[in-house]
Amino acid sequence: MVQMKDVKVVYRSSDIVALDGVSLNIDEGEFVFLVGPSGSGKTTIMKLITGELRADDGEITVNDYDMRRIKRRKLPKMRRSLGVVFQDYRLIENMNVYDNVAFAMRVVGASNREIRRRVPYVLELVGLDGREKRLPKELSGGEQQRVAIARALANNPRMIVADEPTGNLDPVRSLELMLLFEKINEMGTTILVVTHEKELVNAFAKRVITIDNGRVISDGMDGYYSYEIE
Amino acid sequence: MRLNRIGYLIREGFRSIATHGFMSFASVTIIMACLIIMGSVSLLTINIDAGIKSLEDQNEVVAFVDETYSEEQARALEPAIAAVDNVSTVEFVDRVTAMDNFMSSYDKSLMEGIDETVFRHRFVIQLTDISLMAQTKAALESVEGIMKVNAHLDYAKSFVTVRNVVSVIALALIAILTFISVFIMTNTIKLATFNRREEIAIMKMVGANNSFIRLPFVVEGLVLGILGGGLGFLAELGIYHLVTGRVVGGITGSFINVVPLSTVAMPMFVAFMGIGILVGVFGGVNAIRNYLKV
Repeated sequence: MVQMKDVKVVYRSSDIVALDGVSLNIDEGEFVFLVGPSGSGKTTIMKLITGELRADDGEITVNDYDMRRIKRRKLPKMRRSLGVVFQDYRLIENMNVYDNVAFAMRVVGASNREIRRRVPYVLELVGLDGREKRLPKELSGGEQQRVAIARALANNPRMIVADEPTGNLDPVRSLELMLLFEKINEMGTTILVVTHEKELVNAFAKRVITIDNGRVISDGMDGYYSYEIE
Repeated sequence: MRLNRIGYLIREGFRSIATHGFMSFASVTIIMACLIIMGSVSLLTINIDAGIKSLEDQNEVVAFVDETYSEEQARALEPAIAAVDNVSTVEFVDRVTAMDNFMSSYDKSLMEGIDETVFRHRFVIQLTDISLMAQTKAALESVEGIMKVNAHLDYAKSFVTVRNVVSVIALALIAILTFISVFIMTNTIKLATFNRREEIAIMKMVGANNSFIRLPFVVEGLVLGILGGGLGFLAELGIYHLVTGRVVGGITGSFINVVPLSTVAMPMFVAFMGIGILVGVFGGVNAIRNYLKV
């Protein structure tokens, strides 16, 4: 699903080495937490996976796409195999809940019939049935993040990548959201969650990859968040 | 691209105009304003050019007939004169009429004793292009029976110079104004799309290809361009009607011949709509270009 081997990224503008020989594998169906302090390289890994950034060295494959050599015009197709969730939800403000989710399907050329069938299903899955007509600003933070997850699920992706998805939520909503991710994972979708919320990570017995200073410093299946953050 | 998808994207373009009402209004207003300024300068130039052309037309060439020719013989020269290149109109003036015209300009008491034989039969000729006056004069002089040709070559040169200067200034002014207008218009549209960079980033992240993202902006630019061009055209028509009908007519009477509205309306409509659409579409596409690179 995701294979990285000796990946290096240097930000030319500041000469900062963001990733310094990162190697990791995420297999189909896994649930993985990627943890580490601010500036450790988590977001850089996210950007490599979504194709926003290219590695300077090493090998990286995402859903069978060679991300170092992928042509720009192939990126949209690659991104359709992923569902991306952000800390700040990134919903389209002037579209209601239904349209925000349907939008992701329209992008890939889904028919109106498919959209009418799939959107209610994913909204029900994330617990938002009955809120189809609401605008994002009329929803709570937790609900908005659920819309973002529904959108990420709309095209039935092989993998969901979530960057600090609980960053703007209180602990109860955060836990609910993680339970939702767990439910989605049980249905077969690979989940990669970037976070630095220790309690949340430790509440789930999942694989945890810890990164610091652009290097993987631990990769354990015991679900323990080993890195101490200030 | 499937038809329902194209339909959706076109609807998105219209929806976007309504959703971003203020920026749409600003774009249309700027397109309108720039077109009106460019249009006004162009119309002013067209009228100055037409004015100079009309003054040129009054710059006549007079060909004097051999004094030994009778009136019938003189009149018989008309086809040969009309056949000369660059001759637009030919009018025969017999020596009696020529004397009457002359006398009417002076105190008759000074002209006592002068009879019509002092005057020659003549042809008053207007030229198609006064810049070719010297060549035409030579050609007229070579017509059998024509003794002398009076042509104000220095006036002709002046007119040609004035026309050339006006044309160059007008072209430069229109080019500069076009550049400034396109710059202002594309920047207004760029500003309008700046607010939507987040929306574009989301589209990219869910796997939209560039043509999917671009088409609503093209539709939006097209509609805004048509609106700006159309409204600008109507406003320009009103301004032209007002200025030519009331101001010029009121102040200067018949001294200035304005180009009629019916003559300029169609080319102006085509130019306004063309520029409006081009600027709208290119402005829209150009404005989002940077956001598509992610």
